[in-house]
Amino acid sequence: MFGLDKKDFRLLLLVAVLVALAPFILNPFPEGSGMAQFNAGYPDLMQRFVIFGIFAIGFNILFGLTGYLSFGHAAFLGVGSYAAIWMMKLLTMNVIPAIIVSVIVAGIFSLAVGWISLRRSGIYFSILTLAFAQMSYSLAYSVLTPITGGETGLQPKINDPRILDGALANGGTPKANLFGLEMGSSFNLDVGAWVFTFNAGYYLAGIVMLLAFYLSIRIFRSPFGMMLRAVKSNQQRLNYTGLNAKPYTLAAFVISGMYAGLAGGLMVAMDTQVGAERMFWTASGEVVLMSILGGVGTLIGPVLGAGAIKYMENILSKINSDILHTWFAFLPDGLEDFVVTLIYPFIGKGWHLTLGLIFMLVVIFLPGGLVEGGQRVARLFGRKKKSTDTPDGKTTPAE
Amino acid sequence: MEAIVLQILNGLDKGSAYALIALGLTLIFGTLGVVNFAHGALFMIGAFCAVTLSRILTLSHTVVDETQKDFLGNPLKVDVPYMMDWFGESTGAAIIDWAVPLSILFAIPVMIAIGVIMERGLIKHFYKRPHADQILVTFGLAIVLQEIIKYYYGANPIPTPAPAAFKGSFDFGAMMGFDPNTIIYPYWRIIYFAFAAVIIGAVFAFLQFTTFGMVVRAGMADRETVQLLGINIDRRFTLMFGIAAAVAGLAGVMYTPINSPNYHMGMDFLVLSFVVVVVGGMGSLPGAVAAGFLLGILESFASMREVLAVLPGLNQIIIYLVAIIILLTRPRGLMGRKGVMED
Amino acid sequence: MSKMNLTRRGVLKTGAIAGTGVAAPTIFTAQSAAAFTNEPTGSSVTLGFNVPQTGPYADEGADELRAYELAVEHLNGGGDGGLMNTFSSKALQGNGIMGKKVEYVTGDTQTKSDAARASARSMIEKDGAVMITGGSSSGVAVAVQALCQEAGVIFMAGLTHSNDTTGKDKKANGFRHFFNSYMSGAALAPILANNYGTDRKAYHLTADYNWGYTTEEAVRTSTEAMGWETVAAVKTPLTQTDFSSYIAPVLQSGADVLVLNHYGGNMVNSLTNAVQFGLRDKLVNNKNFEIVVPLYSRLMAKGAGANVKGIFGSTNWHWSLQDEGSKAFVQSFGTKYGFPPSQAAHTCYVQALLYADAVERAGSFNPCAVAEALEGFEFDGMGNGKTLYRAEDHQCFKDVLVVKGKENPTSEFDLLEIVEVTPTSQVTYDASIFGGELGSCNPGA
Repeated sequence: MFGLDKKDFRLLLLVAVLVALAPFILNPFPEGSGMAQFNAGYPDLMQRFVIFGIFAIGFNILFGLTGYLSFGHAAFLGVGSYAAIWMMKLLTMNVIPAIIVSVIVAGIFSLAVGWISLRRSGIYFSILTLAFAQMSYSLAYSVLTPITGGETGLQPKINDPRILDGALANGGTPKANLFGLEMGSSFNLDVGAWVFTFNAGYYLAGIVMLLAFYLSIRIFRSPFGMMLRAVKSNQQRLNYTGLNAKPYTLAAFVISGMYAGLAGGLMVAMDTQVGAERMFWTASGEVVLMSILGGVGTLIGPVLGAGAIKYMENILSKINSDILHTWFAFLPDGLEDFVVTLIYPFIGKGWHLTLGLIFMLVVIFLPGGLVEGGQRVARLFGRKKKSTDTPDGKTTPAE
Repeated sequence: MEAIVLQILNGLDKGSAYALIALGLTLIFGTLGVVNFAHGALFMIGAFCAVTLSRILTLSHTVVDETQKDFLGNPLKVDVPYMMDWFGESTGAAIIDWAVPLSILFAIPVMIAIGVIMERGLIKHFYKRPHADQILVTFGLAIVLQEIIKYYYGANPIPTPAPAAFKGSFDFGAMMGFDPNTIIYPYWRIIYFAFAAVIIGAVFAFLQFTTFGMVVRAGMADRETVQLLGINIDRRFTLMFGIAAAVAGLAGVMYTPINSPNYHMGMDFLVLSFVVVVVGGMGSLPGAVAAGFLLGILESFASMREVLAVLPGLNQIIIYLVAIIILLTRPRGLMGRKGVMED
Repeated sequence: MSKMNLTRRGVLKTGAIAGTGVAAPTIFTAQSAAAFTNEPTGSSVTLGFNVPQTGPYADEGADELRAYELAVEHLNGGGDGGLMNTFSSKALQGNGIMGKKVEYVTGDTQTKSDAARASARSMIEKDGAVMITGGSSSGVAVAVQALCQEAGVIFMAGLTHSNDTTGKDKKANGFRHFFNSYMSGAALAPILANNYGTDRKAYHLTADYNWGYTTEEAVRTSTEAMGWETVAAVKTPLTQTDFSSYIAPVLQSGADVLVLNHYGGNMVNSLTNAVQFGLRDKLVNNKNFEIVVPLYSRLMAKGAGANVKGIFGSTNWHWSLQDEGSKAFVQSFGTKYGFPPSQAAHTCYVQALLYADAVERAGSFNPCAVAEALEGFEFDGMGNGKTLYRAEDHQCFKDVLVVKGKENPTSEFDLLEIVEVTPTSQVTYDASIFGGELGSCNPGA
């Protein structure tokens, strides 16, 4: 169906179901219970999951298929974001033009960067992309302040032109919307002790992610995708057959740049703010880590990696010693303090430490990333079908 | 003219820091083929060796001084370092004052040990793994090391001054016949440059003129053949890793008086050192050193206000701009070897 | 029991039909069922403390968090009551806010605007925070302030010094107690003229981003008005760590004062480098060469060590102030944590108390009512003397401290000494000079 074989269709369906039911799945703990701290089913984080999912899916088209490791993808995300916010400031708070323009602008920018950077391969390519991204960041933070807002970034202001929108109601704030449906609006469902939030923005982003995911499956399965894999396994041999690999890699680069731009545009649509830090090298590094953590070259891996990193960033960092004490209040006093002291370095301000440890543990024990973890669990339960866990049917390492 | 001489001095000084870090990185990255994202962390740990030693030297017991009050109005507690008790006020103070130079001796064994443990315990298992896995594991390690330091020392920079004897600056201008006070340069930065030159020279000499170095170089060029000759190249590579860690660590120790060290100083240098290594060309030690000095000097020139008046923002991007130009004109950087990390 | 059951959602839950497996879905859009965002209906109220816990400002953030914890303790009637005893408004009773126990959630801004907004949004959406406060940079303050305006909660800014926060980026739901670049310049210039004379040539090194621009502009204008000449102003990248190439040419320029418009790590490094070059030992134009740092903080002074000795700068507050409010705060903070509070801790503590007091006086948590209670509010006894929360731009106007690095510190906290307490009148400016539009308050319903 949809031009997919049975296995891929099942995967797409699975992802669709997960996206649709995320408000339930991510909120497994009842409100008010001690474990509610681990609930991730609130709009901001759900939106971030799918948006960074899109970013990682796009990155994986380049890195997973061609093996070209770009260290500057955050620049495309940032450029897309700036394009989107300017559309909102100048044209309309409706998210559609913002998202479309962000994809186009990021596509043009990645075409320029890719055209130059793809003259080199391996580490030289990585450093070229890194250099472009760092230049974008530095300039956006400093001399381009009139366009980018510099340190304080850009937000919609009351007195922006917004030529397509009507005047704001008195006392109103400009809000991102889809033909009047505000991205921030939510529907809360109370079921016993649970509260599930269904957010308009999340579902818009979720639908876009499904489309992006579908497109990525099609690319993986297409002759074009095969050609990209050929680039990865042996570019020289490809050249000897008389094929010029560059148009293919450049196309992959631009496609993944457009995915990044799409993610940037959606980010603005969900949360109307852009800052230059979005383009800093650590942001580029983050998407690399997401892909590797999840499983490079697999379809679903990067999405899992994105989810894992964002989950830790947003959930672990909010646990403070106070909360720890409430959790372990049932222990005798001395023991409680001891347990809290033991755990304390890994949560709250120490969440980076946990992140670092998880990176190391995953790569040491699960060479194929989280996808391999899923695979092993599946094997443990003796299931024959490996399709849901390894859409690729194999865990291709990066090189 | 004075301005240009001054920026060349600055460039050499900056360049020596870049070259030193890049040298260590290229020993691992360009030769063993491991993408070591933890190299910045090694530099940082070196700097904290100096901090640690000065903390050890100033271990104190408190004496209550009734004549003074602290901020809450209680009698002030004054810390008296044991060093002062043991060696008398002046000798004790002198030992504390010389903490940074003394840290060199302290840092060498510590850094070699860290390097060897890192290689044996972790990196060894990643030689045959894809670069992506190396990135993830070393990046994770870098975060962990950084967080451990932050846990014990906090996030704020910690001032670690040079001995009083090296404070102040040297007037090159007067020496070279310019007006006095036009070309001055701090003593410690001159020492840093000299120190870097010695270390770089020592590493080259070690690789060039010793049998051990010869074997290592052979191993870099063709690991398998060397192994087939019955030489245990692994052990030598382990030691090379230790040496690389020590080079990074010493760069860090000596850097502390220039800028107060903090836990993320390694990350600040990480990207830059990768750029330097790649611009120098993969697998080339002289390339890394040359690129370090080249980028240092160009960065210094780009920060001149006469230049910025014409091209505002050039100082923001100069390093990357130069990197792009060099990589586009010279496919493998300044002196890169063919086929190293090109796929 | 966790505190979470008392948040907005917890309250909704209690409202839902208990006992039955499935309650009737309650449909509403953007919290329209409540009068305003996250209206606290239970027996407690949740505040969101959003401070840098990782990255270069983590120590400053940790100090802010300590201050917030102390404020919560005092609001709930614990401890010695701190500034509540000296605060001129007596609305706070030590029984929480309007009888509701104060709970809090914490988050990590990472000093990045995206991360700060993510953290603030989770506080609003997940934990039901009715007020967000904290932060250690203007980029973060402006970003979170805009978010709070959109979401309909109050934002009480932490440490943010750029003119923009209450200037071109001001928002009706945002309030700033901390001072700004303009005030630094206005307070510093007369002191500099008194100490260094009116015939000086200044060389500026400026961090190349918004805060740097506004600070350079402020110091330049006010020193030039005193008769100083600005020889050059060079912008330095935020990511710069070694400033040698910017400092080396200073002596050749004929300047005799170096102004470092840097903050945080930049300031620590540029000042260290400048002292290294021996600038302060030089005689230029027959005057001693001097260095000025417009914005000081104790943590930065600590990072720069002995290099700060004798260097002038301005600060929002310092623990050595001898007014009743400052003494009370130092006493309760020092007793609890064992060291004196920083200016970041002070401003955050005061912001938390001011918010609580405004709620009490307004008799409602509604952001619009709170904003109205804060606008034009005059108070005393919180350190810095008489203070006004100006209605036009939500900026506090109070005395500004000019400080100098201490020559003979007695402890690692005793690094700055107060040179002058510049009176409010001297640092007050017209609300319209920085542009921007306050808009009207948004309760989010």
